[in-house]
Amino acid sequence: MKVEFHLNGELVGAEVEPRTTLADCIRNDFQQTGTHLACEHGVCGACTVLVNGEAVRSCLLLAVQVQGDRVVTVEGLSGDELTPLQAAFRKHHALQCGFCTPGFITTAHALLSHEPEADEERIRDVLSGNLCRCSGYVPIVDAVLEARDAYRKSGDK
Amino acid sequence: MKPPVFEYASPATVAEAVRLLAARGGNAKVIAGGQSLMPMLNFRLAAPELLVDLKHLKDLGGIHIDDAGVRLGAKVRWCDIEADQRLQSAHPLLCEAIKSVAHYQIRNRGTVGGSLAHADPSAEMPGVAVTCEARMTIVGPAGTRSETADAFFTGPLQTSLEPDEILTEVALPPWPHARRWAFLEFARRKGDFAMAGVALYYDLDEAGQIANVHVGAIGIADRPVRLAEVEVALNGQRLDDRLIATAAKVARDSVDPPTDIHAPGAYRRALVATLLGRGLKKSAARGV
Amino acid sequence: MKGSNAYIGRPMERVEDFRMLRGRGTYVADVNRPNQLYAVILRSSVAHGTIKSIDAGEALALPGVHRVLTGKDLGNKVPVIPLRLQPLPQLEAFHQPVLADGKVRYVGEPIAVVVAESQALAEDAAERIALDIGTLPPIANRSHAEAKRSLLFEQHGSNVAITWKAFKGNADEAFKQAHYVRRERLKVQRHAAMFMEPRGFVADWNEKEGKLTVWGAAKTAWHNRRTLAAQLGLELEAVDLIEVDVGGGFGSRGEFYPEDYLIPAAARIVGRPVKWIEDRREHMMSANHARDIECDVEFAVGRDGRFIGLRGQIWADIGAYIRTNGSVGPRNVAQFMSGPYDIAHVDLKSSMLTTNKTPCGTYRGPGRYETDFIRERMIDLAAKDLGFDRLELRRRNLVADAQMPYPLASITPYDSSTELDSGDYHAVFDRCLKEFDWDERSKLRGREIDGYYHGLAIGSFIEGGAAGPKEEVRLALETDGSLTVYMGSSSVGQGLETIMAQIAADAMELPYDKIRILHGSTSYVNDGYGAYHSRSTVMGGNAILIGADKLKQLVRETAAKRFGCRPEDVIIDGEQVSHGPSQLSLADLSDVPLQVEAEFFNKKYTWAYGTQAAHVAVDPGTGHVKVIDIMSVEDVGRMINPLTLHGQAIGSMVQGLGGAFLEHLVYDDEGQLLTGSFADYLMPSASDFPHLNSITVELKPCPNNPLGAKGAGEGGLIPIGGLMANAVADALSHLDVQPMELPLSPPTIWRLVEQAEAARSNA
Repeated sequence: MKVEFHLNGELVGAEVEPRTTLADCIRNDFQQTGTHLACEHGVCGACTVLVNGEAVRSCLLLAVQVQGDRVVTVEGLSGDELTPLQAAFRKHHALQCGFCTPGFITTAHALLSHEPEADEERIRDVLSGNLCRCSGYVPIVDAVLEARDAYRKSGDK
Repeated sequence: MKPPVFEYASPATVAEAVRLLAARGGNAKVIAGGQSLMPMLNFRLAAPELLVDLKHLKDLGGIHIDDAGVRLGAKVRWCDIEADQRLQSAHPLLCEAIKSVAHYQIRNRGTVGGSLAHADPSAEMPGVAVTCEARMTIVGPAGTRSETADAFFTGPLQTSLEPDEILTEVALPPWPHARRWAFLEFARRKGDFAMAGVALYYDLDEAGQIANVHVGAIGIADRPVRLAEVEVALNGQRLDDRLIATAAKVARDSVDPPTDIHAPGAYRRALVATLLGRGLKKSAARGV
Repeated sequence: MKGSNAYIGRPMERVEDFRMLRGRGTYVADVNRPNQLYAVILRSSVAHGTIKSIDAGEALALPGVHRVLTGKDLGNKVPVIPLRLQPLPQLEAFHQPVLADGKVRYVGEPIAVVVAESQALAEDAAERIALDIGTLPPIANRSHAEAKRSLLFEQHGSNVAITWKAFKGNADEAFKQAHYVRRERLKVQRHAAMFMEPRGFVADWNEKEGKLTVWGAAKTAWHNRRTLAAQLGLELEAVDLIEVDVGGGFGSRGEFYPEDYLIPAAARIVGRPVKWIEDRREHMMSANHARDIECDVEFAVGRDGRFIGLRGQIWADIGAYIRTNGSVGPRNVAQFMSGPYDIAHVDLKSSMLTTNKTPCGTYRGPGRYETDFIRERMIDLAAKDLGFDRLELRRRNLVADAQMPYPLASITPYDSSTELDSGDYHAVFDRCLKEFDWDERSKLRGREIDGYYHGLAIGSFIEGGAAGPKEEVRLALETDGSLTVYMGSSSVGQGLETIMAQIAADAMELPYDKIRILHGSTSYVNDGYGAYHSRSTVMGGNAILIGADKLKQLVRETAAKRFGCRPEDVIIDGEQVSHGPSQLSLADLSDVPLQVEAEFFNKKYTWAYGTQAAHVAVDPGTGHVKVIDIMSVEDVGRMINPLTLHGQAIGSMVQGLGGAFLEHLVYDDEGQLLTGSFADYLMPSASDFPHLNSITVELKPCPNNPLGAKGAGEGGLIPIGGLMANAVADALSHLDVQPMELPLSPPTIWRLVEQAEAARSNA
């Protein structure tokens, strides 16, 4: 089946089997390998992308289901310099092996874009849908708390 | 884990969706949010020939509140319930229960209809539906029918839905402002399926006694259930510590939960009694 | 070893982060080769049985399916996987064949390899392979094993593979005289490292050059290369194992598994590159399990509270085969049970039982987590029985600095002895109490607030590191004046590139951004050893120091030729070399890179150590435990990067908490793995343990290496099991609840409360 959607701001199209997940389509058809697969059953959050601005698990979406939608991955949230969110992660050492990191970046970005005033409890609540085995979460929460400033000033990035 | 081969259709109307389901003689499945179905497909625990996506169906995503109560379209998502401020007074029990559902990303996709149709015995939405005597609206080749929640859930992950039927709406009765209520569940971690949960509400009669009590439990049977004996013990009584202890004991004696890798039946039995007691205590502080 | 100290000790932000934060890391699943095919492993769904037939006819008929490889495609004899550690001849019977060789011994054991155009197609094909397996009675627990319901290895005649013995002093005599002896049975559950990136390989066989390249290496690439080359009948130089970005290892990833052979073999057989990426369900039944032990131990204490001895039997359920490092955990439980305490008499036997379950290997702090649970529980029980304060009893017995080097128990066979190297255990203990505000918090002990009972616990631990024998580096001063360091160390996410750059920058007195660290791949150095037993900082770091000295000497010699003077008269000042008025920058020194190779040899383990204190609150109604706060203080001798070390400590603590409360690989009596996904195997999440603190100190450098560093990073989790169990017991002391098993799941705690309440009402 043919599917067309906006990927990181660009209109793209691919010929996919209906059973191809959005995660596999992004990774294999468009070589955007920043989105990672760690469980493929919707628990770990490493595959989180934004669809129409909302954080979703791309392993639980079929590529054909995003026809016409706006999809943003970690690559689409990155530039030549580290963004304030990324810089905060680096400063607080919120990543070690880095495998879960793209999922945390997309999820945190979605959260702070919608709720720049999120408090620590809310942040932990939301991030409880992403697994990290290396960091113990403390530095990730610290990084997201610090990044709020950037989202408060500029609104939705 | 990659899903098995299937075809995909995203019809524009409910009628077309029903037609597509009927044509496959039981080998097609509805997909809405996909948060329960996709893991099953990825694990190859389900292998339908065709997925019928409800993506384009309008009219199934609304939350309607009026004197007749709260009607949730099947495609209403958890995040929609969270965002609709009206529900905080229109149905506080629903709001509280939904807070425990899954995680952020899942809440952006998972739907009321999907949860009800999936019928996990530990899920919150089926528990609310049974406790509140909700009515389900179901559309099939023969037309539209209505079913009460307790008839809808027939077993573990089983409902009365035929393979060619689609759940389109669930209706909750109106919620009086002065109603007392509680929702309490216990899960290992935030967002996990409950090991057990209790949803309850009652009104107070002129003498300040419990009337019209509804007590439902999840996670302790093969489907969400009303705790009828507990209701009998509570109705017509004044709420005090002695009554709470009695009700907890009745709850413990009236359930027979299964044992699984996460907990023995005896634990869940004790847990539902504990949650009931704590829920009744909490309810006393509400609606004053 | 001279050098500036600009970078060591600084919390440098990591260079790795730039690519990882932007999704530009390259993990093995991101590696693709032209014309590649995909492999899926067909695995046994039967725990114990004999393979009668494998019929791949229907599978091969599917379009896009290329081959189905079984044992007979691998040569006359199916290759087996040798042990990397403790390779005793009597353990050869338990080596795992790369494909089930006539017999299957665990659910998940590889039976065949399906190669197809895509992973989905390969899975479609795997579903269509008809397997006929005659079932045998499964050994699913110790009583099955001991009753010899059946034998996994008929020739061996029993399901006990080997019994290790840890000994020190004369336990029998000492126990006879002891004032107090308490005997208990304790258990730790099977759980696993569960790193987030699933394993994978991409293998490419170049027929023309006779060269095999494999991406996806980790941890012990050189050892694995030797194994693989031997199995494939290739020269070492014909095999290159390349480490790309690695998504966590924790001791489990990177050991030689069946797939380490199968995927390269498949690539050679089909003549095209082959890619395999495991999925989570597969991971749970194939990557090493760990920590599954029970024990029957006695603890002897004198009237004055001095610890006298530990004696008893440990049984380790190691699964169906002995993995490359499968003996380490069971040995460590016995050898290191005394921990940081002065215990003169030890007689502990540790038996490895083969069962029809996934084989076990090391997982962070192997054996140490389990043994600290056992010992710290016994200490708290002794304190209660003898009427000693729990803090005082520990203080009385911690090894003193004046006693160093302090010999720990020896172990046999494959004899090994070690000594605690340096440390002020008492100072760290007191520092922990102070930072934790123990006295103030003590006021809450046993009190019920809002339905929760509060409790405290303390525990001290040792952390062994820096396994030898050596590490290699190659330093290349490039023609632009930058420095490339090729290392035998491996990255598993611990910030290797950053830490080693700090060490190299200081050693060469160069700016940090002029250093590039390349690691883990067999093409970089001749003989590396990799990352395990917290060795990289000590082994790799010290090798860099030696290499830096050699490189400076080479710089002097090169400059001397240019200046016309003797090498010893050349002055090196950061990026400049000079002799009198003559000056050159390093970039102008030579037309070709200046290269040196260096090795660091080490035979002595380093011993980092520390103390942790915890405050919990327990709801007896639900069995839920809230971890209110944990404070960890650890002395690592010398800190290279406080930022990354702190990250390791917190991450390690949370892994320990997962083991204490949530994680459990559960089998039924038929050897079926019941926890096969993250829905049932519960991992800690961000909302579970919000309050954790870790302080690292540099009180006592290691006397055995020039850096003075001790291996660290595993310590955070080591005391957690015992700490949590003791804290729960403290909280519920009014009921005398005594947990003897991990995990402390809500039903387990609830049951202990019920039993205690019943006992009270019957009393």
